[in-house]
Amino acid sequence: MDLYLPVANLSVNALVIILLGGGVGFLSGMFGVGGGFLTTPLLIFYGIPPTVAAASAATQVTGASVSGALAHFERDGIDLRMGSVLVAGGLIGSLIGAGLFELLTAWGQIDTTINILYVALLGSVGTFMAREAWGALRAMKAGVPAPARKRRHHPMVANLPLRWRFYRSGLYISPLAPLLLGTAVGILTMLLGVGGGFIMVPAMIFLLGMGTQVVVGTSLFQILFVTIATTMVHAMTTGAVDIVLAGLLLIGSVTGAQVGARFAQKVKPEYLRMALAVIVLLVALRMAVDLFIRPEEIYTVQ
Amino acid sequence: MTRARALLLLLAAAFFAIGPARADDPRLVPDVSSRAIDIQYSFTGEELLLFGAILYPDQRLPDDRADIVVVLKGPVRPIVLREKKRVAGIWVNANSIRLRTSPGFYAIGSSRPIDQLVDERTAAIFELGLSNLSMSPTGFSEAEKLQRFENGLVDLYRRMGLFYENPAAVEISEGVLYRARIPVPARVPVGTYRAETFLISKGRVLAVASRNVEIRKAGFERFVALAAQRHGFLYGLAAVTLSLLLGYIASAVFKRR
Repeated sequence: MDLYLPVANLSVNALVIILLGGGVGFLSGMFGVGGGFLTTPLLIFYGIPPTVAAASAATQVTGASVSGALAHFERDGIDLRMGSVLVAGGLIGSLIGAGLFELLTAWGQIDTTINILYVALLGSVGTFMAREAWGALRAMKAGVPAPARKRRHHPMVANLPLRWRFYRSGLYISPLAPLLLGTAVGILTMLLGVGGGFIMVPAMIFLLGMGTQVVVGTSLFQILFVTIATTMVHAMTTGAVDIVLAGLLLIGSVTGAQVGARFAQKVKPEYLRMALAVIVLLVALRMAVDLFIRPEEIYTVQ
Repeated sequence: MTRARALLLLLAAAFFAIGPARADDPRLVPDVSSRAIDIQYSFTGEELLLFGAILYPDQRLPDDRADIVVVLKGPVRPIVLREKKRVAGIWVNANSIRLRTSPGFYAIGSSRPIDQLVDERTAAIFELGLSNLSMSPTGFSEAEKLQRFENGLVDLYRRMGLFYENPAAVEISEGVLYRARIPVPARVPVGTYRAETFLISKGRVLAVASRNVEIRKAGFERFVALAAQRHGFLYGLAAVTLSLLLGYIASAVFKRR
């Protein structure tokens, strides 16, 4: 079933896009991540222009994170104060990201930048997750519980001035730390079309030292609002949001997410984390290969 | 329907065509299968039929065979063409040139290969052939670099179906009626296209005639594209609302089960 995308200016097989959204949604529901880091590269492989892919993926992540964020809100699993600071940072970040986007497009380096950022981020986060999951799996096999990590924030965070109390997170730290973290993730959301959960969650645990019971909810809260903001910024600057493409992705991903969430309850979390790490590393590898081999198209038109 | 009507028009035109502009030169009466192509949800490309009649003065066929060249050219726009090079092991955009009048679509069909019809100079004057497009380049120093870039663009657009060359596309029947099919792919840019017909004999262009073809988005697609361009804020709000709504509906539906 072919469908014409009015902003991307090409026709795609609607079924393929819905299935793609469904697959990503399944993974996102299973692992509790937005899935933007999979959508954008997959859309680019399919032939969608990178800008349209990133912008429309951000819109899709909004839809994918709604139900999760609501569920956590009902269970009081969101540190609203922390979330608001992160969102504020995210707004600043998406504006900086928009400026960077324009600059890099004018230089002709936007595609390479997107590619390198993906490889660096997914590669390092994937390795980190794989190591952590490997340790947990081995501890599980040996029958001893994994050594509980001492919860503390990074010394750099402790040195920042102006401290606030974040009751739900159990923290007394400077709001500048989450603000900067939010800004960095906001830039990435704008450039890559990712929600940033795969960076935000480890950063919250290991940099800020937040209590794990509010980490996922707060991350979803931040993703929800920052992807809304980036959709708006993209719509007003690059004009690259394709609502038909986003709609197709959403139909697939919101259903897939529900199925994935159900499926996740039947599998041990250690295996889930390992599987996610492997997927992340595979995407990173695929994009790294693209950087080093001779591309199919030497010439591009802008 | 369009073809039948066009044929009627053609006959009428042939009937009423008394006295061409110059007494001894033949005249062309061209037409296209559709004056406007609407891009809508199921648009996967279309085939445009360019056809018409050659009117000779006194209705007498000349002894020499005349040839027909048809060109369908899209709107020109300024582009930046970039070339990837290997820098420190990775492939990045290194060089670029600007082309101020690059056509977003160009298709040429003829009854014989162009180089057998006219000399290079004539081909350049009438922009016949993919190597003769005048794209007003800037930002290059050597002719060799320009040539390399232009070849790169032609190759890229050819594979995307945006440039098309077929030296056997035109069919001439009885020496007076001609027809050619030009494929128009789904990713064509919108705008006013010009369908030109050239009558060529003994290396000379005897007659030129043209018709405009409008390629435009229609209906919902037009509405969406315009909204995305002109009302970014409202469009963004609509996209956000759609995603929130779909996300919410899905979780509500699944919760009830």
